[in-house]
Amino acid sequence: MTIADQVTGTPIAGAKPVDAKPVDAKPVDARPRAAAPAISLPAIGERELRLDLFRGLALWLIFIDHLPPSLLTWFTIRNYGFSDATEIFIFISGYTAAFVYGRAMLESGVLIATARILRRVWQIYVAHVFLFTIFLAEISYVATSFENPLYTEEMGIMDFLKQPDVTIVQALLLRFRPVNMDVLPLYIVLMLALPLILWSMKWKPDLTLALSAGLYALTWEYDLYFSAYPNGFWAFNPLAWQLLFVFGAWCALGGARRMSRILASPVTMWIAIAYVVAAFYVTLTWYVPQLSHLMPKRLEQWMYPIDKTDLDVLRFTHFLALAALTVRFLPRDWPGLKSPWLRPLILCGSHSLEIFCLGVFLAFAGHFILAEISGGAAMHAVISLSGILIMWGVAWVISWYKRVADKSGAKTKNAVGNADLAGGG
Amino acid sequence: MKAKVLLSLILLCGSLAAPAARADDAAAAATPVAPAAPPACEVPSYLLSSESQLPKVAEAIKSGKPLEILVVGSRSTTIPASEDASYPARMQAILKEKLPPQEVVHVSVEIQSKKTAEEAAASFVKLMEAKRPTLVIWQTGTVDAIRAIDPDDFRGAVTEGVSALQNAGADVVLMNLQYSPRTETMISVPPYLDNMRVVAQEHDIPLFDRFAIMRQWNDQGQFDLFSPSRGPELAKQVHDCLGRALAQFVIDAAHLEPVQQQN
Repeated sequence: MTIADQVTGTPIAGAKPVDAKPVDAKPVDARPRAAAPAISLPAIGERELRLDLFRGLALWLIFIDHLPPSLLTWFTIRNYGFSDATEIFIFISGYTAAFVYGRAMLESGVLIATARILRRVWQIYVAHVFLFTIFLAEISYVATSFENPLYTEEMGIMDFLKQPDVTIVQALLLRFRPVNMDVLPLYIVLMLALPLILWSMKWKPDLTLALSAGLYALTWEYDLYFSAYPNGFWAFNPLAWQLLFVFGAWCALGGARRMSRILASPVTMWIAIAYVVAAFYVTLTWYVPQLSHLMPKRLEQWMYPIDKTDLDVLRFTHFLALAALTVRFLPRDWPGLKSPWLRPLILCGSHSLEIFCLGVFLAFAGHFILAEISGGAAMHAVISLSGILIMWGVAWVISWYKRVADKSGAKTKNAVGNADLAGGG
Repeated sequence: MKAKVLLSLILLCGSLAAPAARADDAAAAATPVAPAAPPACEVPSYLLSSESQLPKVAEAIKSGKPLEILVVGSRSTTIPASEDASYPARMQAILKEKLPPQEVVHVSVEIQSKKTAEEAAASFVKLMEAKRPTLVIWQTGTVDAIRAIDPDDFRGAVTEGVSALQNAGADVVLMNLQYSPRTETMISVPPYLDNMRVVAQEHDIPLFDRFAIMRQWNDQGQFDLFSPSRGPELAKQVHDCLGRALAQFVIDAAHLEPVQQQN
């Protein structure tokens, strides 16, 4: 029933025979290595489709949330509770990253695993810089073509173009991040910390999780943050959001299995349901102000503001509740996971970095089309839908290419620990 | 059912007629006598209603004292090279039209160019000593949004500013940012709108929702705010409508009898 069980799913016949093991065999036991670590890694078997499914969903939702509000925006989960797609994305990223690179660390040692993680960090960094370049292109175009006197003040945003020496350097240092470009820098910092997290988890997983929670608490207590340029701080504070990432890693490395009894208990289920319903009610009061009279003032004072920057406890617990319910009601062998209707989501989820970047780019492009060729609800819907179709199409092409490339390179390439297999990061 | 069909027909005609109406407005704006608001200026009433009140404005008009209004704004308070067409000037004209003829209305403008709410609020004590207005309309948020000031700090600064204005004995109206579709991908506006709304609620002062009003105009096709035109015509028309809406907003919030409303 747990997420970890899923990963150990029945191995496909002939797929990665080196790693394929019976479901119940303890992977560590089966391994000849003497230094049996405190963590246990499930074998690579069938792909964890639920992870891909929800990461794909998170990517679609992030894309829709980045477009101007429209009818579709009402389908995104941030309107129905405290947490949103970012939580899903970071948790699953922690889970898959730990799964892939944790295995690499056990098999090839800390050094090799660290090198591979750093290579991944480099890829994400390059992707971020690429998106920044697109942003620069867009903003420069607007700056030169749009001189409506109504908006002379708003054009102040272009002031940074006057000193590219400072701004571009700050952007490369990840300190200058335009709107909608906050997730990748967070991801980069978290991945940079991953070798340390994994190394520590190999030693004592629970202590690592406790340390992570401790850092989270310190961040809140002493108001720690990453500063940004020209002022302010990172919109997603890595010192707080690491908790979700480390928790994902902890689940991947055996924590989920150890929690399975808690997750299966009806008490947990009812607490989770009660919390999700309560959160939904609170969110409802944001959109239907008439209801807010029914909210106790004391509760409101205690609750607000629900801070996204520092991953408010309410958001974190809301995500936990959602995850607990998902694991309970969506079993790993749910036949729907194989249905062609969910195929697009799963495809997108399995190439998360590419599709994430594409989503940010498409959101820019969508804005641009709305600005240049007429807005309107119909145009808006067309843009949203075609954006999602493009994401699906590109994910399909990447899958196809990987299949072909893997086939031809199978003889020379060591199949073990292919980072893309589990959607590495 | 019939009413529904009728309504949609009217809406359809409205949207078809919008471009034509816009041309008419330009003509109407050119002629000085334009008592009725041009159709392009229409704003749904929920955007102009406020539960908060302006007791000092009501008092001043009741007792026949001059109404001194101070607009504290930024560059979007004005139109470059056309001061008379900016919304404070238009509001003054409309207020004079709508209030009793013996009422003296004077609107002055204080531009805090490129200053954040915190920087602007720091000047309020001195400013209030010098001007002693009955009503201050504080338009802020744009510079903070451009510089991505921490929204909590922004809320703190607006709270302080509003308190300073109230302590100096003035009614306060907060005015939020412009709706600027072109820069939507570059400036994150929602946190600043939300925080201004919170401060307005906490202090029980009216909030003039310039953002929602302008978005309404853009969505309904009354104005094309995407227009890259470099001429001042669009800015003049929008400011004219903003001035009208603001005048109406002040009159409603002060619960004034529309003595001489001509429409």
